[in-house]
Amino acid sequence: MTVEATRILGTIDSAPVPRTPSPLAAWFSDGWIATRRNLLKIRRVPDVLVFTTLQPIMFVLLFSYVYAGSIDIPGSDYKEFIMAGIFAQTVVFGATWSGYATAQDIRDGIIDRFRTLPMRRSAVLVGRTNGDLLINSISMVVMILSGLLVGWRVRSSLLEGLAGVALLLGFAYALSWVFVFIGLTVRSPEIINNVSFIVLFPLTFISNAFVPSENLPTPLRIFAEWNPVSALVLAARRLFGNVPPGMQVGDTWPLQNPVAAVLIGIVVLLAIFVPLSIRRFARLGSRA
Amino acid sequence: MPFLEAVDLRVTYHPRKAPEVRALDGLSLDVPQGTVFGLLGPNGAGKSTAVKVLTTLIRADSGTATIDGIDVRHDPDAIRRRIGVAGQYAAVDENLSALENLDMVGRLYHLSAADSRRRAAELVDHFDLGEAKNRPVKGFSGGMRRRIDLACALVIAPAVLFLDEPTTGLDPRSRMDMWEVIERLSASGTTVLLTTQYLEEADRLADDIAVIDHGRVIARGSADELKARIGGQRIQLTLVSEADLPAATAALERVGTGAPDVAADGRAVSVTVSQGAPALAEVLAQLGEQGVELHDVGMQRPTLDDVFLRLTGRATEDGDEETRKAS
Repeated sequence: MTVEATRILGTIDSAPVPRTPSPLAAWFSDGWIATRRNLLKIRRVPDVLVFTTLQPIMFVLLFSYVYAGSIDIPGSDYKEFIMAGIFAQTVVFGATWSGYATAQDIRDGIIDRFRTLPMRRSAVLVGRTNGDLLINSISMVVMILSGLLVGWRVRSSLLEGLAGVALLLGFAYALSWVFVFIGLTVRSPEIINNVSFIVLFPLTFISNAFVPSENLPTPLRIFAEWNPVSALVLAARRLFGNVPPGMQVGDTWPLQNPVAAVLIGIVVLLAIFVPLSIRRFARLGSRA
Repeated sequence: MPFLEAVDLRVTYHPRKAPEVRALDGLSLDVPQGTVFGLLGPNGAGKSTAVKVLTTLIRADSGTATIDGIDVRHDPDAIRRRIGVAGQYAAVDENLSALENLDMVGRLYHLSAADSRRRAAELVDHFDLGEAKNRPVKGFSGGMRRRIDLACALVIAPAVLFLDEPTTGLDPRSRMDMWEVIERLSASGTTVLLTTQYLEEADRLADDIAVIDHGRVIARGSADELKARIGGQRIQLTLVSEADLPAATAALERVGTGAPDVAADGRAVSVTVSQGAPALAEVLAQLGEQGVELHDVGMQRPTLDDVFLRLTGRATEDGDEETRKAS
């Protein structure tokens, strides 16, 4: 140690002097650095990459080959019907990662380091949700490619197809903020995993994602018709041109106007959970 | 005017399903520029809470704190531009390398990309982090993480360097290394506020020490002043024969700062002294003349428990716990 201890003597003198950028420049710079950290992490932690690429492939294959032979959708191919459902389920579950990673960062103490640095308060969270949007986008590309491989086709136009993808990712991004808030509130990352499974499994399965909701028993059908996941799936399915002709989609307003309903949902979630999360972040640590 | 000043800080935590905790109960501190200030106290005394308030992590319910005249509550961002923080939890990103961690911190201090990279490389060299330079931090030893953590706090030249229990949980070798580094930093004029549970650490590193308990300063002074108050060291004798007890007690009484304590078995006797070595020599010479046979002779430095016992008349809560576990 003595050798480097001698060098440490000079370390203070050679330290650079920080600049004070304009608030806007600081916000962009901090947001980028926080995002870059999460991108580096995707490369470093292989399980995240595996989860985001292999699992969607598995779902596409399982549903198209295991169920496609047994489930008959009048006027359509089950593979075409199911794809919007798989996409929606994957990005919805993908959004939970934001909460898990946030809670993990708090536990590791790295959040406390960020909070003692002169960075914008919101940048840590922006970096988190940006990084997770990228992870979800990678999953999306992988799913689209494997979907095309098993015979799924977009029956509308390229533009509408892209709009469907954007809508799915936009909803997942808004949901990321919800989970960030939960991640800032719970005491351990494991809670997020448990809660998200308990809440999201029924939410994705009691919907029109994998079967037409008209076939469900009445209580479940009513739940499915008001379920936001149903609106998301239907919006994507419609934009992909994968809704079978003549299919009863449900009488509720969200299912009659799925694209508008999802857009409103995105705006409302962001309007509530972005400020709530930023406020919560600033007050972290004020409990024992 | 002190460089870092805290006046009457109060923080009360309200945990769910538990009675409220007064973590800081009127804590006041003043630290002159260029000195090392030690906050000494047992677990739960309020040391970390004090650091959290001063580093803008939490807000005090009442009271004021300033660094270089800047109020931590009113201008936390200006404080954050001037301080460096390292601590017992070694807050580094496990998945990033040492270089990536340091560069990230540099950019978040708003150094230019070039400055930040140059400084990161320099710190890797100064803190001997070569091994972890390009490899993820996880998998490296506690000592290595602690050095990376400390290096992160020194990306800029901080006006105040906060070290929250810098050696807690380190092995003796890494602890000595860390002490040496902190000594070098203080020699180069950095103002340091460090918290510790170890009297020895505060003694070695701090110019000025505040002993805190229940969120309040209960004693204040240099290490020597505190030792004078609590008795510097403790001489302990274990006799071969119980018959020699009166002679041994008498010898200890002459050098001690208080009355000698006799253990229950009647063969061990001890006393606190202000100057250990000469007192021990004197006692041994005298007992040698009288032909008193000794099983064992020991000299103990006072521990945090001794300090607490003297200052508060009770043991530290940790000490209590250990006693309970032992019995």
